[in-house]
Amino acid sequence: MKIIRLTINGQGVEARQGMTVLEAAQEAGIYIPALCSDPDLEPYGGCRLCVVEVEKMRGQPTACTTLATDGMVVHTETPEVNRIRRNTVELLIADHPMDCLTCIKNQRCELQKVAAYLSISERRFPRTDRSLPIDNSNPFFTLDRNYCILCAKCVRACDEITVVNAIEIVDRGYESRVSTFGDKPLFESICQSCGECVVRCPVAALVAKDAIQPMREVETICPYCGVGCGMYLGIRDGRIVSVRGSRENQASNGRLCVKGRYGIAEFIHHPERLSAPLIRRNGKLTETSWDEALGLVASRLASYSKDQVAVISSAKCTNEENYIIQKFTRAVLGTNNIDHCARLCHAPSVAGLAQSFGSGAMTNSNSDIGDAACILAIGTNTTETHPVIGFNVKKATRKGTRLIVANPRQIGLVRFADVWLRQRPGTDVALLMGIAKVIVDEGLHDSSFISERCENFDAFKESLKGFDLSLVEKITGVPQNQIAEAARLYATNRPGAILYSMGITQHSHGTDNVIAIANLAMLTGNIGKPGSGVNPLRGQNNVQGACDMGALPNVYSGYQPVSDPKVKEKFESAWGSTLSPTAGLTISEIFDAAYQGKLKALYLVGENPLLSEPDASHVREALSRLDFFVAQDIFLSESAELAHVVLPGTTFAEKEGTFTNTERRVQRVRKVIEPLGNSRADWLITCQIAQLMGGKDFDFEHPSQIMDEIAQLTPSYGGISFERLETGGLQWPCPTKEHPGTPILHTTKFTRGKGKFIPLEYKPSVELPDDEYPLVLTTGRSIFQYHTGTMSRKVKGLNIFKNEEQVELNPEDARKLGIADDDTIKVISRRGEVTAKARVTEASPAGVVFMTFHFAESPTNLLTNPAVDPIAKIPELKVCAVRVEKIVQPS
Amino acid sequence: MVITTTTGEPVENNIKEQLDDILSRYNKGRESLIPLLQEVQERFGYLPEESMEAIANFLKLSNSTVYAVSTFYAQFKLTPTGKRLVKVCRGTACHVRGGARILREVEKRLGIKPGETTENREYTLETVACIGACALAPTMTVDKETYGQMTTKKAAEIFSDQSKAK
Repeated sequence: MKIIRLTINGQGVEARQGMTVLEAAQEAGIYIPALCSDPDLEPYGGCRLCVVEVEKMRGQPTACTTLATDGMVVHTETPEVNRIRRNTVELLIADHPMDCLTCIKNQRCELQKVAAYLSISERRFPRTDRSLPIDNSNPFFTLDRNYCILCAKCVRACDEITVVNAIEIVDRGYESRVSTFGDKPLFESICQSCGECVVRCPVAALVAKDAIQPMREVETICPYCGVGCGMYLGIRDGRIVSVRGSRENQASNGRLCVKGRYGIAEFIHHPERLSAPLIRRNGKLTETSWDEALGLVASRLASYSKDQVAVISSAKCTNEENYIIQKFTRAVLGTNNIDHCARLCHAPSVAGLAQSFGSGAMTNSNSDIGDAACILAIGTNTTETHPVIGFNVKKATRKGTRLIVANPRQIGLVRFADVWLRQRPGTDVALLMGIAKVIVDEGLHDSSFISERCENFDAFKESLKGFDLSLVEKITGVPQNQIAEAARLYATNRPGAILYSMGITQHSHGTDNVIAIANLAMLTGNIGKPGSGVNPLRGQNNVQGACDMGALPNVYSGYQPVSDPKVKEKFESAWGSTLSPTAGLTISEIFDAAYQGKLKALYLVGENPLLSEPDASHVREALSRLDFFVAQDIFLSESAELAHVVLPGTTFAEKEGTFTNTERRVQRVRKVIEPLGNSRADWLITCQIAQLMGGKDFDFEHPSQIMDEIAQLTPSYGGISFERLETGGLQWPCPTKEHPGTPILHTTKFTRGKGKFIPLEYKPSVELPDDEYPLVLTTGRSIFQYHTGTMSRKVKGLNIFKNEEQVELNPEDARKLGIADDDTIKVISRRGEVTAKARVTEASPAGVVFMTFHFAESPTNLLTNPAVDPIAKIPELKVCAVRVEKIVQPS
Repeated sequence: MVITTTTGEPVENNIKEQLDDILSRYNKGRESLIPLLQEVQERFGYLPEESMEAIANFLKLSNSTVYAVSTFYAQFKLTPTGKRLVKVCRGTACHVRGGARILREVEKRLGIKPGETTENREYTLETVACIGACALAPTMTVDKETYGQMTTKKAAEIFSDQSKAK
C-alpha cells in the first residue's frame, strides 16, 4: 500500500493511500471533533464538525470525506474553522436536553466532549425544548429522540453493517427523526435488536436499558453459535454487567447479534444455576458434597463392563474439556462409546466432505464471504442462525455479489437473492444434480481444475444423465428455467461460495446432500480460492472443536481413526492404557441401546437430548431405563431432571479454554469470574472422576497444559498453544509452532490428494406425506432463542421477543383447516403430538409446516423421525409427515 | 366507512391487483422508487401502507427505506385525501395581508387543521409557502381554482355548505 506524506498543523504525517484526512489525523494523534464518523461506516459528512482548511482547496471541506493526498497541507485549528464548529454545536445544543450530570452518557457523550473541546460555555440560541415520546418498546434498549442529534450513525449501522434497515431518518426538516416503517415502536418493527446502533450512538438517544459501567473488561468468545464472535465482558463486583464486541476479532470484527450482546449475563447469573452437586435420594434430587457425588459417580461407572457405558460430550464445552472427556471415555472407561450433538447437525459434513475432499470442515473463512462473486446459500437460514455471517452475506450482495437462495421457506435472505429456488423439503440431491447437469451440458464447468485436481469425473458425468430437468422440476417443484438460471449464475460468477447448514444435513440422505455440494464446487473449480469453497456453517460455539477433539465414536482428536493400529499405538503409549480399536455407539445408537437395556450407564455433559433428539418419547424412556445416569450441566435441564447424579459445571465465563469456531479458528476463552456457588469447571470435574477411577495423567492444573497435550497428539493442532492464542485465533491445520494457520483449505491439493467426484442418485425422504399425515414438518430455529433454550430462555428480553412455539403454515393450508393466526393447534405425527399456536404465513410453502425446537412446552422433537442417514447416522429432523388439527376451545 | 380510490372503487378490495398491475410495468432498480410512489399515489390518492410494503418487496428494499422516501417529499400523502384539495397561502405577502385569519376561518369552516381531511373525505386542507400570486394576496386555491383578495367572509361563503363537514 502506497504511503503518502501530508502536513497537518505543521506536523509531518504519514498515511496510507485511500485514507481520509480525518483518519490520517486520528492515526497521528491529532484530534478533530467529529460526531458522525465511525471506523465501520462509510464517510457521511453529516455533522459538519470535522471541517478543516486545506491549502489550495476552497472553503472548509469535511475531513471525513476528503481523501488525504501526497503533499497536502491541512489546518485543523484555524479561527474560522473553530467558529464554524462552535456555531454547529451551539445549534445542536439549542434543543438538546441540558441534564448532563444526570444523563446516563455523562462523560461518555461525544457531544459533551466536543462542546468542551470548543469551550462552549453559554447558550447563544434561544432554547427550544423537544418533548417527543420515548420509545421504550425494545426490552434491551431505549430510543429517546429528545437527545438525538441526527448524526444517522444508527441508521447507517442498520444499513451498512447489518443490512436490516429497520430504522431510517424519516420526514424532513425540523420534523426529521430516526424511525421505523409507519413510525411504529421499534419492537413492532423488523429490528433484530443486535444493538449495533446502540453502541454507535454518540449521545443518549439510544442507550442500553441496564447500562452499568464495568470496572474492568476481559476478552473472550461468545458461547452461542458457531460464528465465534469476539467479545469483551465487563465485570463489576463479581458480576458481568456489560458486553461489547471485539473489533480486533477476525471472525466477527466487533459485530454481535442480539443473543451475544444482550443474552449473556442473565443466564450466567441466573438464580436457577446449579450451585451444588445433586444426588437422587428416595426419588428426589438433593444437594450433596462434591466428595460424595464424585465418589459415587466413580464407583458406579467402574462397576459396569466397557460396552455398558457411554458418554455424551458437549459442543458447548471447550476443546480442552472435550479432549479430556474423550480421553476419559477411551483411556479410563475403555470404550469408544462417545458422541455429541454434531451427530444431529454436521455429521454428514464430516462424513461427506471426508469422502470428497479428505477432510470435513468449512473450507474458507467468515471474512472472505465478501470476496465471493456469487453465493449459493442452500439449507441455511443464515440471518437467524448465524446472524453475524448473515450480515456479511447481505453486505456482499450490496457490493454486487450475486446470491442464490435455495430454501423451501421464504427466509430473510430471499429479499437479497437474485434467484430463489423453493425446492420441496428433502429434494436437494435432485436440485443440486440438476444444477450440475446444466453446468456440464452448457460447458460451464472448469475443465482444467477437474482434470488437474479431481478424479472420477466421468462416472459423475454419467450419473447426471438421470437428472433430466423436467424430472428435476417434478421432484423439486422448482421450475426448470430457475434451475438453469441458478446454474449459470453460480458457474459464471467466480469465485463462488456455497454456504449450507442443517437444511442439507438433517436428512436420511444428508451425506449425499453434502457430496452433491462438494461435486458442484469441484465442477466449477470453486475450491481453494478466496471467496469460494464449501462452507458448512456450524451450529454450536464449539461443535467444530468437539469434533476436532475426537468426541466422536470412531476417531481420536484430529480425526485419527480408532481403527488404525498406528494411531491406537500412539495414543496407548501417550495415555498409558489399552484402547479399543472398535468404533463406539453414535448418539441415536446410545439411546437405542439404553432403551433395549444393553447400555447401563450414561455420563451426559452439557446436552439436552430430551428436546434435541428426534422421537423424544423414545429418548425419555431410554434415559429412564438407565441403571445409572449422571448429568453435568449448568442448569437442571429437562434431561438432567432424570439423572441419578447431577454435577454443576460452569459457563464459558468461569473457565479458561478454547473454542474452535465454524471457520476452524481456535480462539481463547477466558475466565471472567470465579465459578458460581459450588460449581466447578467441567474439565476439572471429568479429571477428578478419572483420577478417582485410577486414570493416569489427569492431574492438569490449567487448561493450557491440556492444550499442550492436544498439540502433541493432534497434527492439525500441533502448533497451537495458549501463548500463541493470546494475540488472536489460529485456523487449523496449524501443524507447527511457526505455522500461521490455514484460512483456506485445499489451496494446492485436496487433503486426500485429488478431489473425488461421487455419482449420486436421488432418494426420497423416509417418511413422506400421505392421506393420514398430509403435511411435511420441517424444523429450524429463531434468532431470539437458542437450541433447547437452556441458556436463552433464561433471558427475559429474549423471551419477550419469542417465548412460545409458533407453527408456521401456509394460508392455503390454514384455510382448508379453518385455522387462523394464534389459534391453538395440534400437530400430530406417527410418534406423538404437540400443541402450539398457529402462525399463518406465506413464508411457509403450501403443504409444509415449520416449527423450532426451542420450547419444552411444545417439544417439537416428539414428532420428528429418528430414521438416520446410513453413513453419518444423523436423524431426519428436517422432514416428517404430520397432520394438523385445530383445537376447539370449550366455550 | 369504505375508502375509495379516485375512480370510486373501494381500496381494500382490489389494492393488491392494482399494485401488481402497476409494479409489472417497472424495473426492479432503486431508480423506480419515486416514479412508483407517484403512480401509486395517483391511483389511490395516497400511499396505503400495503402499497409501500409491496413496493419495498418489489424493489428489494426495506419497508422503512420506502417510508423514509415517502415522508421526505411533500408530494406524498400517507393518509387518504379528500376529493378536493384546499391550499391556503402562508407566504410573506399573504401573511402581511391577513393570511393567518383566512386560514383560521377555513379551519373553522372545515373543522380540520392543515394536513387533515374532513371526515366525509370531501376536503383536504394544506398550507403553502407561496402560490406566486402575491398581487392577489391573501390567496387560497381549491384544486385548480385560485381565489384572490380573500376575506373571512369570502372563505365562509366558499365553504358554506361545509359547516357540518366533520
